[in-house]
Amino acid sequence: MQYTLSILVENQAGVLSKISGLFSRRGFNIDSLAVGVTNDPGVSRITIVANGDEYVVEQLEKQLNKVIPVIKVKRLNEGEFISRELILIKVHCAASKRAEIIKTAEIMQAKIVDAAPSCVTVEYCETSARVKTLIDMLKPYGIREIVRTGTIAIDRGNAAVSV
Amino acid sequence: MISGAEIMVKCLEAEGVKVVFGYPGATICPFYDKIYDSTTIRHILVRQEQNAAHMASGYARCSASGIPGVCVATSGPGATNLITGIATAYTDSIPLVAITGQVRSDLLGRDVFQEADITGACEPFVKHSYIVKKTEDLPRVFKEAFHIASTGRKGPVLIDIPMDIQENEIEEFVYPESVNIIGYKPNTKGHAIQVKRAVEAIKKSRRPLIVSGGGVLLSGVKPKFQAFADKTGIPVISTMMGIGVMPSEHELYLGMLGTHGKTVANLGDRAVAAPHQMSENTTVIHIDIDPAEIGKNVKTEIPIVGDMKNVMNMLIESIGDYKVSNQWQETVKTWKKDFLRVPPVFEGFVEPRTLVAHLSAMLRSKAILVADVGQNQIWCANNFRIREGRFLTTGGMGTMGYSIPAAVGAKLARPNRDVVVVCGDGSFQMSMNELATIAGNKLAIKIIIMRNHRLGMVRELQDKNYNCRHSATILQGDPDFLKIAEAYGIDHAEANSNEEAEEIIKGMVNSDKPFILVCNVYPDTPSI
Ligand SMILES: Cc1ncc(C[n+]2csc(CCOP(=O)(O)OP(=O)(O)O)c2C)c(N)n1
Ligand SMILES: [Mg+2]
Repeated sequence: MQYTLSILVENQAGVLSKISGLFSRRGFNIDSLAVGVTNDPGVSRITIVANGDEYVVEQLEKQLNKVIPVIKVKRLNEGEFISRELILIKVHCAASKRAEIIKTAEIMQAKIVDAAPSCVTVEYCETSARVKTLIDMLKPYGIREIVRTGTIAIDRGNAAVSV
Repeated sequence: MISGAEIMVKCLEAEGVKVVFGYPGATICPFYDKIYDSTTIRHILVRQEQNAAHMASGYARCSASGIPGVCVATSGPGATNLITGIATAYTDSIPLVAITGQVRSDLLGRDVFQEADITGACEPFVKHSYIVKKTEDLPRVFKEAFHIASTGRKGPVLIDIPMDIQENEIEEFVYPESVNIIGYKPNTKGHAIQVKRAVEAIKKSRRPLIVSGGGVLLSGVKPKFQAFADKTGIPVISTMMGIGVMPSEHELYLGMLGTHGKTVANLGDRAVAAPHQMSENTTVIHIDIDPAEIGKNVKTEIPIVGDMKNVMNMLIESIGDYKVSNQWQETVKTWKKDFLRVPPVFEGFVEPRTLVAHLSAMLRSKAILVADVGQNQIWCANNFRIREGRFLTTGGMGTMGYSIPAAVGAKLARPNRDVVVVCGDGSFQMSMNELATIAGNKLAIKIIIMRNHRLGMVRELQDKNYNCRHSATILQGDPDFLKIAEAYGIDHAEANSNEEAEEIIKGMVNSDKPFILVCNVYPDTPSI
């Protein structure tokens, strides 16, 4: 089971290592992790996507809550949040294939942000699933490099994870 | 103007700290220079930093104040030596504040002499840690550290303080009156509806049973807990950390559970024992201050998160006049009789289980027995007849060498009580350097060494699972412990039978000096 946790933490040195240490120590696997400051400069948000059964997630939430600088932990409900990740993909691009690649990017609503004689760089900000689709579509041309962020997520509607 | 080091001492004074255990070095010298002048704090110089943490643990467990134990070390090796002690306190949920010196803040991360990332190294073993970057932060950090260590699920907090932070001066010292840690608000109250459900389940149960851990002792709720058991007639078994929640001879107390419990606590489907032995029809009510413990290892039907102090009151109130059935009461009584078995004696040796059973009667009622780790620990856990006193051991980490330093802490917290150590010949040698601390501070601690020339508990394991191949468990080259005692100027004697040992103990408890009694134990004596 894959789940997404939105964690608010006090913005102080060492918090991230406390949290990532907790994951490795207890044998929990992280798929992605993203950190950024919130509207309150004293508070950061860590979004974690991870895998495990119900027992693991519950333990994880409880253990995270025990970390002193952790203010709040919320498991986002499937289907009730919007998630995005950002990816930059550098693709091999012979002159003959250029039009094709641009077309593919267009279909997926991705942007070409850089080009060189033998490659282009595509930027894409979407859900993990859509990102995967784009990667699959670009694979045949030959991918030189992928740079991607962890997933960030926010509740739909009025709900919010705040202090 | 006031220096960081002075502030550190003032913070400790403001928290009511009376004793700190430590060992100096260059980066903690500013602090040591100031504590030298304190009129209210006594510093106990240990012989190895690990023992400073164990002493602080023994102190915290026995002191009436509830204030965390405090230990101090220098940076680098001093700090890393503390780790085992800190980790032991963590697994045993003992409130501790550990203070370490650190290299100057502008040198952090440069791998200079005696720099160690101690907050990083201790990360898995502390409830929280600080590395102080500004002298101004010291009062807040100390206030928070003492608060965190002593509330919720208790545990160790580490404060790492670079030398320049100790030296820098600020305008004035103001100790905060309260703390406000946004992410730390432990729930101590206990949920009324859950308590009601628990009481209903108890009333419905044919064979209710209480399994107590160390939390009852840590929350200081022992008298109420005993009143609850007495009133309802519900029998009690305990974990190793919970020994002492009831007097051992109490008709409702059925002993310690677990692989090394010998009692009816382990009667399988006759009573509830280890989780894997619980039957389908068992309803588990788990009361814990730490929500993360609930459901972690035992499937729980009714969780109650809260401090036992509060939950006990609620339980007493809502259980009313309930009393267990006569049938259950009678069953428990017969079980209790069953387990008074006398072990066989080997000629020319002390029988340790019988000796420990008799020991209690020779001590005053509030005596503190500190057991080390190994067979000696199990002999004590199962046979010491605790009355109003305490049984200290490390059940969480099982750190050999715990008993002597923990006893030092216990004796300083309770100078008027009998404090007796029972240790093995292996564990004695893990902390016998602290005999100097005992002698130097004239602490009337009585040490009983169960000498079997073996790492007995591991040897027993090898007998069972490794075809009696005694790899590295026979102690060779051990010194004459009596001569060791002699060297430290500590009174001593040796016994080769229980009669001899008991005669010596009678004299030993009446002396106001430390004492070492070496009991020669038949090497094949089993744990249980
Ligand atoms: C620091 C440490 N090292 C190793 C062990 C593993 N261990 C558990 S019991 C034991 C033997 C203890 O020997 P001794 O102190 O002589 O006690 P005995 O079992 O003989 O009574 C050992 C080595 C431990 N618990 N702690
Ligand atoms: Mg031994």
